[in-house]
Amino acid sequence: MNIAVASGKGGTGKTTIALSLARYIAHNGSRVAVLDCDVEEPNVNLFLGAAIERTERAGVPVPSVDPAACTGCGACERICAFSAIVLINERPLVLPDMCHSCGGCALVCPTAAITEVPKEIGDIEYGSRNGIDYAGGRLAIGGHLSPPLINQVKRAYGSYDVRILDCPPGTSCPVIEAARGADYLVLVTEPTPFGLNDLMLAVDMVRAMGLPFGVVINRDGMGNADLERWCGVNDVRIVARVPFDRRIAEEYSRGDCASRIIECYGEQIALVAAAIAPAANHDRGTHAG
Amino acid sequence: MKIAITSTGTDTQSLVDERFGRAKGFIVHDMESGASEYIDNAQNMDSPQGAGIQAAKTVINAGVSALITGHVGPKAHAALIAAHVDMFTGASGTVDQAIQDFQDGKLTQASQATVEGHW
Repeated sequence: MNIAVASGKGGTGKTTIALSLARYIAHNGSRVAVLDCDVEEPNVNLFLGAAIERTERAGVPVPSVDPAACTGCGACERICAFSAIVLINERPLVLPDMCHSCGGCALVCPTAAITEVPKEIGDIEYGSRNGIDYAGGRLAIGGHLSPPLINQVKRAYGSYDVRILDCPPGTSCPVIEAARGADYLVLVTEPTPFGLNDLMLAVDMVRAMGLPFGVVINRDGMGNADLERWCGVNDVRIVARVPFDRRIAEEYSRGDCASRIIECYGEQIALVAAAIAPAANHDRGTHAG
Repeated sequence: MKIAITSTGTDTQSLVDERFGRAKGFIVHDMESGASEYIDNAQNMDSPQGAGIQAAKTVINAGVSALITGHVGPKAHAALIAAHVDMFTGASGTVDQAIQDFQDGKLTQASQATVEGHW
């Protein structure tokens, strides 16, 4: 079962909720992994503190042209929608940064002059701690195409009972890539005007994706009641509320707030686990049938 | 030899366009005959990405040996280098003035991109 934790607004507590949920699920005897899909600003392991056991380089295929075999026909340039391969004085020039790795150029080349070679886009690290297995992607400095790396992070721990995908903030391609195929999506928000605005965008996104979802209000008690009112009017289910509590912030600043949340507000995390449980049954049903 | 100047208008009295990929157009000037022609770049001005590369193709296909503009990004730079087009950046004023400055050797040749992509 894949549980995506997303938010719209950044800094609402995605990683905090993801790790608290992982801790709760692990404590109840399931095999759980947390995947850091926020490859542009990975932070899961700042709070999990797993010793890194291995690191893999992640790459995407980009074209390489054999000049001896190339006739300069331009078929590669015509099929490329991103100007990643262009003919300059009848010789193809590859611009790897523009390439979206579709493989079209290699496919249409009539003389098989194009082969695909790997281009490094980042790395993926693996480790575990406290019964939680971890994989996290990190985009290479200067890289800008995060979805292929997110896609590769999502291959980790495929056989586990529960995989928790800590998504990037926002509602654009990286979030869609991270949340795609999830059995349930937890939207973490805060009861502020900014939190509400971005929650509205995130709800539009998750409804367009057709995923079952529920909202966790983090820092409950701050801000105002607009968010709760909006959820009520728009038939958005609030599954749990984690109070705005200084003790959590203090533990956060020390790098571990999941244990404090479990200790003080474990019943709220249990509510999240209960909300995702029907998705688990659905998941099993899908695989069985 | 032919040179291209990024231009905000269709004649040599127009101001130099500081942008390359998203310039309004290019004046292609023949240094020997003194003739100038205008090539429109409207299609690239509105393209979401790859404008620099496509603009480089346009001036390369026009057969120029040098480009005069304000700034060049990294991908356009790579394409122009591959086609052995010399780049002269930092130009301003009218296209006529830029041609004169080029002839007088007042423009600096750019050995690398002067701006990041999408600046």
